[in-house]
Amino acid sequence: MNNMENVYLWTVLAPLIGAIIAGLFGKRVGRAGAHWVTIIGVAVAFVLSAITFKHMVIDGAEVYNASVYTWMVSEGIRFEIGFLIDNLTAMMMVVVTFVSLMVHIYTVGYMHEDPGYQRFFSYISLFTFSMLMLVMANNFLQLFFGWEAVGLVSYLLIGFWYTRDTAIYANLKAFLVNRVGDFGFLLGIAAVLMYFGSLDYATVFGQVEQVDGQTITLFGDNAWSVITVICILLFIGAMGKSAQVPLHVWLPDSMEGPTPISALIHAATMVTAGIFMVARMSPLFEFSETALTVVLVIGAITALFMGFLGLVQNDIKRVVAYSTLSQLGYMTVALGASAYAAGIFHLMTHAFFKALLFLAAGSVIIAMHHEQDMRKMGGLRKYMPITWITSLIGSLALIGTPLFAGFYSKDSIIEAVAHSQIAGSGFAYFAVLTGVFVTALYSFRMYFLVFHGKERMDEHTRSHLHETPPVVTIPLILLAIPSVIIGAIFMGDMIAGDFFREAIFVLPEHDALGEWAADFHGWWAMALHAFVTWPFWLAAAGVFTAWFLYMKRPEIPGRIQARFQWLHTLLDNKYYADRFNEIVFAGGGRQLGQKLWRIGDVKLIDGLAVNGSAALVGWFAGRIRHIQTGYLFHYAFAMIIGVVVLLGLFVFLNQ
Amino acid sequence: MLALSDFLILGAVMFGLSIAGIFINRKNIIILLMAIELMLLAVNMNFIAFSHFLGDTAGQVFVFFILTVAAAEAAIGLAILVVLFRNKRTINVTELDSMKG
Repeated sequence: MNNMENVYLWTVLAPLIGAIIAGLFGKRVGRAGAHWVTIIGVAVAFVLSAITFKHMVIDGAEVYNASVYTWMVSEGIRFEIGFLIDNLTAMMMVVVTFVSLMVHIYTVGYMHEDPGYQRFFSYISLFTFSMLMLVMANNFLQLFFGWEAVGLVSYLLIGFWYTRDTAIYANLKAFLVNRVGDFGFLLGIAAVLMYFGSLDYATVFGQVEQVDGQTITLFGDNAWSVITVICILLFIGAMGKSAQVPLHVWLPDSMEGPTPISALIHAATMVTAGIFMVARMSPLFEFSETALTVVLVIGAITALFMGFLGLVQNDIKRVVAYSTLSQLGYMTVALGASAYAAGIFHLMTHAFFKALLFLAAGSVIIAMHHEQDMRKMGGLRKYMPITWITSLIGSLALIGTPLFAGFYSKDSIIEAVAHSQIAGSGFAYFAVLTGVFVTALYSFRMYFLVFHGKERMDEHTRSHLHETPPVVTIPLILLAIPSVIIGAIFMGDMIAGDFFREAIFVLPEHDALGEWAADFHGWWAMALHAFVTWPFWLAAAGVFTAWFLYMKRPEIPGRIQARFQWLHTLLDNKYYADRFNEIVFAGGGRQLGQKLWRIGDVKLIDGLAVNGSAALVGWFAGRIRHIQTGYLFHYAFAMIIGVVVLLGLFVFLNQ
Repeated sequence: MLALSDFLILGAVMFGLSIAGIFINRKNIIILLMAIELMLLAVNMNFIAFSHFLGDTAGQVFVFFILTVAAAEAAIGLAILVVLFRNKRTINVTELDSMKG
């Protein structure tokens, strides 16, 4: 066991060391040095994660749960750094380090002209460290540390090109919106500490049944179940990090950052931290149907309505960003339906194909000389064959084509929702089914607009079009492979089998996934069965619609847009969520601040406290200075009077 | 035979005169100095009276100290007065109010 402890420790430390060297000694190690040291760090982490995965999953080792360092002890509460390594963690470690490694390699090609090269590598390596700390945590404090650290790195990377106004605006927005979520998250952790008296996962989960049934009074006299309150607060944190409605507004704007981090942080790994967290907290969420309903409904709204937004975007990265939002909604729906395994399964497959799609989009952007508008692309298929084929694979995986990775995970979610008995599952089922059509439509709209049809770029760009270098295409190929096969490989274990063992806890009466999985007869049979189910035909209809609208009759979309102008305006303005936030929260905050400034600061503090006390002293001194006449005889008189009074007192008091 | 109270009354009268001299005098700063001297002498009178009637010579020793100090004080006071007059061309008490707030 001691041996494995070193493995876990070095998995975390290797990227951190890489980040420190590239970040603090970037000038000394140079550009090549920076990418080598971080790539080696992450590669070490990946290899060690793979060893962990083999150890845990294939050899079936015992769950490792121990603390390696005690930070402090305060009134019996221990603040520790420790690792909880079970199958869920092992899987997350492999996904995180693998995607991170691919992105590191890809970055060598994508950023090679950028002056902030070393800084970038330092950040993404630091991100890998933070994310590993998050997934490997065995207590809430370390979870929160990782949670905030990935948020910080995300902030730094969205604003990586800090001379652009839009990037600075976007990273501030991401930071602020995440603070809203973190506020809930922190309150949730505080509530856990208050009712469970511990921050350790195992201790907390062990006491759930004692705490279940206790109530807490909030908002007047309403009694709330403690577990419900804790779960909803924790989920608010997940809503911020995993960009669920209404805290989704930061994710599309985060595309201001360089494409590699859009792939790594804002699609594949960091945004799934909320999903991971809820799955990790499954022993808590299981005891609150109210919280599960909230999760389900929020996820369903996100899955459907964010998908619609993808239909009207023209920026290639934003389409992928809205698709990420929609897919995060699917994962959240799975969590709400108690199908944690399906949510995590989709998280894993999504990490691969979404990273692939993002990196492919980045490859297109490189070839197009940093042009991101799809209306100026088209027909790229013959110039960039590798990017084309990998994008096609990614899109097919995303829409859930049978045999591809996304098919297994998404179908599991849809079926779990169909079998779920939790309130709101009817709406969620409708949302995820419609979402399948929408996903197919926007994915293939993007695919057709970019790779097929008329070449709409200008002559200069066209003459320079060529496939991107191997550092870019190799990660694409390496990500395309799992995007195809990983679903079929893990379907049997994760959904029908007992892959997660005790890491995920589902009450028997919520076990919709298990109910459905009882009919599972292998991945091949499932793929064949897909042809008689709704999702497949909906996806096919989506692809056909996209083909019809953007290949066959490209004039139709414009006509639809003109006809349903109000709808297009609504979607183009993202349901006015940004406008609403700007007016209500930002504007309200600014007005409140102005009021506080005018009244609180200028009037009360400056006027009354500071200048007021000075004015009082001045006024009092003005009165009292008249006593000081400057005449000697007045002073002498005062002295004599004083002496007489003192003597008088002395005499009288001594009698 | 004179009693102790006679001396004390004389001292008190002298002290009262000197206070009156300080207050009532609005003209001449020299008179003010003289009144202060008189005040010290009134105190000396008390010292000597007590010294005599209590048979303790320490009181008389103190009188010598006070006389010495008074002489020094008068010398310094007059010196200040001369300087003051040089600067202000007046020794009128009511006009010496530069310390007025």
